[in-house]
Amino acid sequence: MSGFFDRMFGRSSSKSSSSLAKERLQFILVHDRINLPPERMEAMKAEILAVISKYVAVDQDNVDIALQQRNRDSLIVAEIPFSQSKDSTDEAKRRLGQDMDTPRSDQSGTVDEADDF
Amino acid sequence: MAAKVVTVTSGKGGVGKTTATANLGVALARLGKKVVLIDADVGLRNLDIVMGLENRIVYDLVDVIEGRCQLRQAMIKHKQFPDLFLIPAAQTRDKTAVSPADMIQITDKLRPEFDFILIDSPAGIERGFRNAVASADEVLIVTNPEVSAVRDADRIIGLLEANNKGPAKLILNRVNPDMVKRGEMMSADDVTDILAIKLIGIVPEDEHVIPASNSGVPVTLNENSKAGQAFRNIARRLTGENVPFMTLQESGGFFQRLARLFSGQGE
Repeated sequence: MSGFFDRMFGRSSSKSSSSLAKERLQFILVHDRINLPPERMEAMKAEILAVISKYVAVDQDNVDIALQQRNRDSLIVAEIPFSQSKDSTDEAKRRLGQDMDTPRSDQSGTVDEADDF
Repeated sequence: MAAKVVTVTSGKGGVGKTTATANLGVALARLGKKVVLIDADVGLRNLDIVMGLENRIVYDLVDVIEGRCQLRQAMIKHKQFPDLFLIPAAQTRDKTAVSPADMIQITDKLRPEFDFILIDSPAGIERGFRNAVASADEVLIVTNPEVSAVRDADRIIGLLEANNKGPAKLILNRVNPDMVKRGEMMSADDVTDILAIKLIGIVPEDEHVIPASNSGVPVTLNENSKAGQAFRNIARRLTGENVPFMTLQESGGFFQRLARLFSGQGE
């Protein structure tokens, strides 16, 4: 209802659609400019984390890997905090062992098919 | 005299490239410049009809390239401005009939005789676009304050930079100041923030534009049109003059004024 009044009085709501447009464009253009769509970015993030976890325990909950834009230059900025406790180091080792033994579930199908050729 | 070759392009179709090219051509001619417009949209020619010259076409760009006529014979003189010419695109051929080298050859022949050569690019990023920018000294990108048009403009900017054709300048077309004020449309600042290129003009949405192309008389000849004024300003900036951007004042509807009164934002 308040949206109705906002529109009637030409008042902008808490988040205007123009600022939404700007945010959405800024997000997608970073990916467009380096030809790395968001879904590939996710795969790359997982791979980066897997490599780092091989050597040190990573605090998985506080990882921040994102693309940034400075003028028209793109860069990747990663904040990957290490996990402090020994438990999580063991956890990392255990997980890494698992990764080595079993192929990632989303890839197993294609791997098998590829073997048939 | 050595002409500056200015290409008008956009990525997305329908944002106002042809209208911009026609108006800048006329506005430059009004400033006493010698101008030739080239329609590089082979297969979808439109600059002729927007300029009101569609009945005068005998030869076109592809006729010149394939040697069926002299360059002079394909240049249509404007009715009102004797120093304004149009080289129309071929309508029955496609973009492969022209190569970037052809465009460079043609513009090189024209350069000594003109102040400005304006090239109207087709939409897209394929052959037609590459033809249109091949000989450009300066590229103007037309976009609208709308997500799809801005995204495509960004793609074009990237391609131009990769081919050392940058930095391009931006014409933000069809801006509705009331919608910007209400936060329903991105402002010129928003768009230049996103695209990180310099602005050369802001053209307001204007009901005079369509009647102007209906009659084949570019809107810049209408003294009452704000869009026309915006194109005249861009033309002066192209000649190197420093022209301040016009303020697009809001129309200030009754309800908006009322709301401002209640919220204590009286201006």
